[in-house]
Amino acid sequence: MATSLHAFCQWLSETPISLTIQNVSWIIPTVQSIHILCVAIIFSSALMIDLRMLNIVGRSQATGAYAARFIPWIWITLIVLLLSGSILITGEPTRSLENPSFQLKMVLLVLAMLTTLGIQRPLANAEGYWDQPSRRKVLTKVVAVVSLCLWVGIIFAGRWIAYTNTAGD
Amino acid sequence: MGLDSIFQWLYETPLGTAIRENGVLFPWIESTHVLFITTVVGSIAIVDLRLIGWVWKRRRISVITSEVLPITWTAFVIAAATGLLLFSSNAVKYSHNHFFQAKMALLVVAFVNMLILNLIHHRDIAQWDDAPKPPGRVRLAGAVSLLVWISVIVTARWIGFTMSAF
Repeated sequence: MATSLHAFCQWLSETPISLTIQNVSWIIPTVQSIHILCVAIIFSSALMIDLRMLNIVGRSQATGAYAARFIPWIWITLIVLLLSGSILITGEPTRSLENPSFQLKMVLLVLAMLTTLGIQRPLANAEGYWDQPSRRKVLTKVVAVVSLCLWVGIIFAGRWIAYTNTAGD
Repeated sequence: MGLDSIFQWLYETPLGTAIRENGVLFPWIESTHVLFITTVVGSIAIVDLRLIGWVWKRRRISVITSEVLPITWTAFVIAAATGLLLFSSNAVKYSHNHFFQAKMALLVVAFVNMLILNLIHHRDIAQWDDAPKPPGRVRLAGAVSLLVWISVIVTARWIGFTMSAF
């Protein structure tokens, strides 16, 4: 498994598109900047929803309305995030795919997406699903904290990719 | 020269030295800095987009600012504090980096723009608080803020590529 991943990274790093990304010096910083801007949009959108579920902000509007305002931003921006991430992987396959911080980040990303779906799905049938303190008080808070921790973890793991690069390239 | 000696002093403080020499301190502080700077930019974008009149047009502007700006300010204080810590680890070199200088200049522009919004435009907010599209001067301030904060992120990322390892 590890060797085939390594072989794949080797192959990818020698493709013309990867070589272009490696050799044109402005591509990686520019794509990283776009990537971080996407992170800013997604994290802040998730943060608003999570803080609403924790009753810290926006008590004048129901959680369902909050989610309707911010969740579309998460999914739309995620497309740009994944595209920019793919360019970065193509340019530095070993530095990313074989990096423990990157692998952790991908696991956290999948969990964060599932949590976002978990917040979103019940609202389709019951707009007030997260606004019934008597019935789902604890669950609402737990889901919000889990979501927040996952997104924070993604940002930390993302920055740590630069420091746990075992490939030595 | 005066500034350089202050930055050199900062560089030599025990804190600056510790962050420079300890292998994990810098990445942890840097990650925290990234977390809160993204929170600043993402949250201020919510206000800017509403001021420009692009989204959430039926939601009152003062309601949006009251729910978002406390988050922005809290995040900004932590981002500035962690930024100062990172700066202290290599103060002279950062201060000579053009992208760092541009980032600081952009923060000044953001600050002045905020003062204009708060001290001048805010005086007649009652007339445009509910407006789907606020007056041109308010929309302009929103657009300036959005562009400046995007540029802050871009220049910040470039610092890492133009500072040689210490």
